Amino acid sequence: MKQFKFLYFLKHNTVRYFMTALSLFFILLLLLNLADASFFEASQAFLKSAFGGRRYAYLYVTISRCALITGMAIAALIAFRAGLINIGGEGQLVIGGFAAAFVSIYSGVTGVPGIILAILSAMIGGGLWAVLAGLMKLKLGVPILVGTLLLNYPARYITSYFVSHPFRDVASGMPQTLLLDKSLWLPFIEGTRLDTGFIFILIVYGFVLIYSHRSVPGYHAKMTGLSIEFAATSGINIFNTTLKTLAFSGAIAGLVGAIAVLGIHHRFTDGMLVQPLYAWTGIVAALLINLVPWAILPAGFFFASLTSGASGMERTADVPKEIAIIIQGIIILFVASRATGIASDTKNKEEGN
Amino acid sequence: MLADLFDPAFADSVARIAVPILLASLGGAICHRAGVFNIALEGFILMGAFAAVLGTFMLGHVFWGVLSAILAGIFMGLLFAEFHLRRPGDAIVVSIALNLIGLGLTTYLLRSVLGVSGVFQNEALGKITEINLPVIESLPVFGSFLSGQSILFYVSIFLVILLHYIYSRHKLGFWMRAAGENPLALKTVGIKPTPVKLLALVLCGVCCGLAGAQLSISNVSLFVENMSAGRGWIAVVIVLVTNGRPIPILGLVLLFGFVDSLSLRLQGFGFPQQFTEMMPYIASLVALIFVSIRRMKNLVGMRGYDNG
Repeated sequence: MKQFKFLYFLKHNTVRYFMTALSLFFILLLLLNLADASFFEASQAFLKSAFGGRRYAYLYVTISRCALITGMAIAALIAFRAGLINIGGEGQLVIGGFAAAFVSIYSGVTGVPGIILAILSAMIGGGLWAVLAGLMKLKLGVPILVGTLLLNYPARYITSYFVSHPFRDVASGMPQTLLLDKSLWLPFIEGTRLDTGFIFILIVYGFVLIYSHRSVPGYHAKMTGLSIEFAATSGINIFNTTLKTLAFSGAIAGLVGAIAVLGIHHRFTDGMLVQPLYAWTGIVAALLINLVPWAILPAGFFFASLTSGASGMERTADVPKEIAIIIQGIIILFVASRATGIASDTKNKEEGN
Repeated sequence: MLADLFDPAFADSVARIAVPILLASLGGAICHRAGVFNIALEGFILMGAFAAVLGTFMLGHVFWGVLSAILAGIFMGLLFAEFHLRRPGDAIVVSIALNLIGLGLTTYLLRSVLGVSGVFQNEALGKITEINLPVIESLPVFGSFLSGQSILFYVSIFLVILLHYIYSRHKLGFWMRAAGENPLALKTVGIKPTPVKLLALVLCGVCCGLAGAQLSISNVSLFVENMSAGRGWIAVVIVLVTNGRPIPILGLVLLFGFVDSLSLRLQGFGFPQQFTEMMPYIASLVALIFVSIRRMKNLVGMRGYDNG
């Protein structure tokens, strides 16, 4: 149960965290040196692009990115807590995004009902995509990890085919759908350039807190994650819990796709949800905080500002923005190096102790 | 139409597609049997491919490229070992991190050191020597499959046989299998499982480094961002399906090479590109489902990696 005592851990490992931060800093200096950038200049660009800009334009970008990453992190967290290693968030996200765009363009429903319809169909699409992996596990014995992962690629290529051929906006040169009707765009918040997408994620965040700590299905899922044998012996229906949890996780990934389409891009472009690694960043964020639900929002904001800041460094200091991915990886390595585990039970068994 | 499909160039492309996946799968198999759940093959291959290009470009000969690919693979293997074996990091978490680092670092270095984004292509980049076998060369179909391939093709076939021999006959193979199947038994005979796992990770790094080299300085001579493009994941699936046995791996990899070349060919007949690109993943899924059903019937699980 140690994994839920996050603050306790922080307090008792100060030296270790300091050393981690120090080594991260040195790696950062080395990388910046390779790109011929000065640390001072780069960090200035980083801060400006993550939180500043003219009339806080960049801060708003960070917040909308934070919404997407937090959403994907929640999707990963829900499945991981139930012991289901769903690393197929990417596929569920893409299916959700495409479903939202498809329904809002071709159903003809406009205004608020159209938005609701698009979001619902995205959630159903993402949920079903995740349930497919669950069924493969339960009926055919394909491990969740591999099943969800392999379903990423069909999702990516099928939607890519759809937007390149049958549902393509022929007038634009890109493989993408038509632009959504203006009435379906998520409105900006009064006086800012911030779309309302993050409000949906805040609602989901609150809902997930209640789900994980105060609800029966959440408790069942957590119990299944901690020990599947114990849960089965206690009379929990593993079949139902697995499918429900996966559907929930996939639905949230789908919702994130819908938010990206309705709130940010207003159309579905091939690769727009895959290239920025939203799903992987979400998984990394969920792992960073060791699956503690309340910490998911700060973690999402942290990684969003990392990504935003890195693209600022690319613009002004000529540092490739992939530095954000490297830093994410290194942070996770160091965090993972304390006893964690989404599969720590298995590991102990394997080592025979 | 069939004659259009299966010509010598087809046999050649089967081999070219198969070699990187074969090498990566062998690396994954070594880890799998030693009880290390390494799903970072994607990152390993990517680092190998980049190091091969960088080494060839900087030091001027393909040999140095291959050597640096091997070193890059070993580096990744040691990194995995540091965080998974010496520190108690979870294998899946470490793998996800290493995949991200592989992707991020190669793209970053491509832009900052080589100064291009997207594709790096240079006349200084050569190709690994290709060997023409005198008699086999003139065989009707297999001629272009067995002959005229890069050295790594023959190395990988040799590795399959060597690995098969080691696992079935040699003491080292028994140790490696015991480290995965029953570490306690290994401890009982006085051998620590951890160094054996470390060795497995290093060997996996060598194999994946070679796989990367085959991708970037043999099949083509250039480096593209995210060049491995899912091959590492296909290798992971192949390892799971075959349970890490070398001979079945060879068979399955050749089947994949066949499916992949076939779908590339079909693209020429007007099939949409997305469907041909999707084929390897669908094929992996189908193979996995077949094996999983059979294993469910035999009530033999997937050796403790089953996290769901």
